[in-house]
Formats: sequence, C-alpha cells, structure tokens
Amino acid sequence: MTAVAPTRARSRRLPPASVLVSLAVLALALLAVVLGRFLFPDAMHQDILSSTLAPGEDGHLLGTDELGRDVLAMSVAGAASALVGPIIIAVGSMVLGVILGTLAGYERGWLDSVIGRWTDLLLALPVLLAAIVVGGVLGGGYWVTVGLLILLFSPSDIRIVRAGVMEQSARPYIEAAQMLSLSRWRVMFRHILPNVASLVITNMMLNVAFALVAFSSLSFLGVGVAAGTADWGRQLTDNRAIMFDNPAAVFVPAALIVVVAVAVNLVGDWIGQRLSQVGEEA
Amino acid sequence: MLAARVLGTLAVLLVLSIVIFAMMYMAPGDLVKNLLGNRASNPDTIAAIRAQYHLDEPVVTQYLLWLKGLLTGDLGESIRLQVPVTEAIGARVGITAAMCAIAFAMSVVVAVPLGVISAVRAGGWTDRIGNALSVLGLSAPTFAVGLLLLYVFAYYLPILPVYGGGDGGLDTLRHLILPGITLALGLGAILVKLTRTAMLRELEADYVTFARARGLSERTVRNLALRGAAIPVVTGASLVLTFLVGGTVLAETTFSLPGLGTLLEDSVLFKDIAVVQALTLLVAVVIAVIALLADLAYLLLDPRLRDRIGVDS
Repeated sequence: MTAVAPTRARSRRLPPASVLVSLAVLALALLAVVLGRFLFPDAMHQDILSSTLAPGEDGHLLGTDELGRDVLAMSVAGAASALVGPIIIAVGSMVLGVILGTLAGYERGWLDSVIGRWTDLLLALPVLLAAIVVGGVLGGGYWVTVGLLILLFSPSDIRIVRAGVMEQSARPYIEAAQMLSLSRWRVMFRHILPNVASLVITNMMLNVAFALVAFSSLSFLGVGVAAGTADWGRQLTDNRAIMFDNPAAVFVPAALIVVVAVAVNLVGDWIGQRLSQVGEEA
Repeated sequence: MLAARVLGTLAVLLVLSIVIFAMMYMAPGDLVKNLLGNRASNPDTIAAIRAQYHLDEPVVTQYLLWLKGLLTGDLGESIRLQVPVTEAIGARVGITAAMCAIAFAMSVVVAVPLGVISAVRAGGWTDRIGNALSVLGLSAPTFAVGLLLLYVFAYYLPILPVYGGGDGGLDTLRHLILPGITLALGLGAILVKLTRTAMLRELEADYVTFARARGLSERTVRNLALRGAAIPVVTGASLVLTFLVGGTVLAETTFSLPGLGTLLEDSVLFKDIAVVQALTLLVAVVIAVIALLADLAYLLLDPRLRDRIGVDS
C-alpha cells in the first residue's frame, strides 16, 4: 500500500501547465463550434465596399477578405466546419477499429486474415492522395470526404485494437469467462473491451489532431469544402491572393489550425500517459 | 517468408489496379464525354475514343488490355495536355524527386541527431526542444508552414524565389529550397519521434547495460544502440513516405512548382483520368517497393532475423 500511495498522490495533482492551457484552448474551440453561428449570424455577409481591408480598418478588428467579409467573424464561424469533420472522423474510425479489431483479435481464423488483408490494402494508399483522387474525381462533398477519411484512418485503429485484444485474450480472466460459457459477444465487448479502452482513447485523441491536419489540407486543395465556405482550410486558399494586403485573412485561420492541433496532441499525449499509469497501478 | 511477402505485395497492387481502373467508370458524367475532354464531340471522334479505349469490348477485356498497356509502358494520353501520359510525367518527375531529396536530406541531418540526443538525455532541455518541435511539426499542416515561409521570404527577406520552378540547373535548385524546408519540417517531426522512441528502447536493452559494465566508452555504447535503433526507424519509412506523398502535393501547390503534385491536382480538377490513374498507380508501386526494401534492410541491419527467416521459409 505504501508503495502505491505516491503514484496516487501524483495522479491527483493538477496536470502540467501546457495541458491546462491546451484544455482551455480546446474548450474555446468547442465553444466556437457550438456558438459560432449565434455569435456571428452574418459572418457570410458580403460587402463590396469594404473589400480587403487591413486589420483595424473600419471597425474590422482583423480586416476583411476580398468579398468584404469580416475575417474575425469568418474565423469563429469557420470552427464548426473545420472541427466537426475531424472529430467525427476520429470517432468513426475508432468505432470501426473497435468492432473489426476486436473481431479479428478474438475470433482469429479466416475473419482475422480477411480483416488483415483489408487493412494492408488501405495502408498501401496514402490518406491524402486517396482522398484527393476519390474526392476530386467523384466530386464528393463534405460528408463524402468525412466518410472516406473514416475508412482511410481505420487501419491504425483496427491494428491497435487487434493487438490489445490478442494480448488480453490469453489472460486467465478471459479463460474464466469462457469457462462460465458467457456468450462470445459478452466476452468481447463487456470483458475485453474495457481493458483495451485506454489504447483506443489515446489513439482517438491523436487521430483528431491528424484528421484536423488532413481535413484542412484537403479543404486547402479544394476537396470536400465548397469555395467561399467559412472553413479554416478553405479560407487559406480563398484568401491567398490577398495575402499581402491583409495577412490576417490567411494567417489567423492558419494559426487556429496549428494551435488547436497542438492542443489536441498535448492533451492526447497526457491522457495516454495518465491511462498507462492507471493501467500499471491496477 | 520473403516469397510470401513479395506475393502479398503483388496481390495488393493487383487489387489496387482494379480499383484504379474502375475509377474511369465511377467518375460522374458520361464516360465518352469525360474521355473526350475539350475535343469536339462528333461521331468520328466518339468512334475514335471507343476504339482507343476498347469500349465495345467486355469490361474484363478492357481491364486486361489496360493492364497490358501499363506493363508495356503505354499509360494512355492526357486529355488536358494532349501528350502521352508518360511524357507528361517524365517532364515533371525530376523537380518532385529533387524537392523530396532536398527535404529528406535536410530532415535526416537535423532530426536523427536530435532524436538520439533527446533519448540519451531524456528529460533534458534538448529533449524538451525536440519534443516541442516534433509536436509543432506534426500539428502544423504543410501548406500553413509553406504560406508562412512564402510570406516572410516574399515580403521581408526577398533572397529566395517563392514562385515556380525556375529555368533549370542551379536556378531550379534555388527555387526548391523553400518548398524543401516546408516538407522537411513535417518529415523531421516524424523522424525525431521515431528515432527517440527507438533509441530509448535500445538504451534500456541488456546488451547496452552489459557493454557499459565492460567499460566501453559511452560513445561506443551509443553507436551500438544506434545500430539497433535503426531497425524501427527504417520500418517507419512507410509512415514517412505516406506523409511525403501528401506533403509533396501541398508544398508544390503552395509554391506553384511544376512537379508531379501539381500535375495530380490539376488533373483531378480537370478530370484528366488517364493521368490520375497513372499517378495513383505510380505512387502505389513506389510505396510497395520501398516497403519491401525496408523489410530487406531489416535483414542487413539485424543478423538475428536472417536466421529466423532461414528457418521459416
């Protein structure tokens, strides 16, 4: 007991400052996602007279873009498009990973080989290339791109869950559960799953950051988000031409992408460390 | 083992080639119109297109003829550029290869030593800086870094060109520096992480403790560990490559470089399907071959595996 106490005490201590700041950043970003459209209902309002104002001019704190839209309002309103997609991508890929990875790791046999070959195939394709080609040639919209990225992100989740499940399946408590002739679904999802949850959650957080970068890269290239939409990646492309007249129109959305991605990465790493500590204590 | 690995790679490529072939049929709109592009649509040209793509044959025959064309180096014709696809790719492959080489060299020179020092002095200030840089490099999208460099070098520090590919030789090289740095940041971030993790694991291995116990110098010990750490780093090559493919498109688009990335981007927007098919397949083949080579590099780096494979096969 005494040996355990210091670890407990440490885990109750506040997280490091960088993580606290990151959590605050994420809270603000989520607030912008939820409240963006109420805070700036006329973010998309165009005004040809105030086209491309520099920051501070005419009451526009960050200036305006080529169509006279306020950059500050656009950037807050753009949070929804830039963040909802990546979150759904990470969660969707996690769900796919949990289902297919658990089946592959617990059932083994032909199901495992089929799922294994499927992940091999998806891993042979670079995410961005596949998304550009499929999205561009088939002309996919926002949700098609999200669906495509869920598919392309899933192999890493499947592999991680599969490895975790295989490791757990060999343990005595699973043998005991099998002896009690619990149904295989009960064993898989009530007994094994909670024990691989820490891996799954950590990977999901890191996937949010990757998805944010990938998704904004695609909107920068014009895939997934229509021209003129309030979306951080799209704003960068749309405003490139006026970069030298109003740098804020490009660098504010760019900085927002970087800051949010860094915050997600730091929080993800921290959660990963916390969960693996808890695992060691148990 | 090795034979199975090669066969597996071939199988994956074969399945991909079917998917890529099917792209022609999955594109929205009328197939013949897509293949005609901007050319005038009259019975003669339509008949020519149908003959050129064997559209009157069964789909399986079409695929086999297409595959045969690929294997004999006939990748079809670009409807946008009106030249054979091989020519369009050949004209641009150099600039992309040079940019990737520059980025790769820069990132290896900086990231591998940084990763090693971070692991050796884990928790020290080098480690913290390395960690901060790698989180930043992974979080900053390539185009955001590119646009920032473009702005700084166009506005405040006009010593390097920020647009286009220059006119050959040294001038082109100068044009490749900024896109190269842009790519190198993301690449370096991945490499620092890979090297640090691998090196940390090796430094905890028994042979390192033993080498220290025998009184070998710290330098020698570190070199031993680095050799062991090389394996996971080389395996990570596929991760690096996947990043590189996407990054190339973004860096070239940002700096308007006439390379393969912009060729892909333009062809996708124009629905120039023959070029898109050829480039996608090219990337898939390159990735598959490099993944295979990485597995072979294993054998060179770790003598233990050579025996194990000998037993398995």
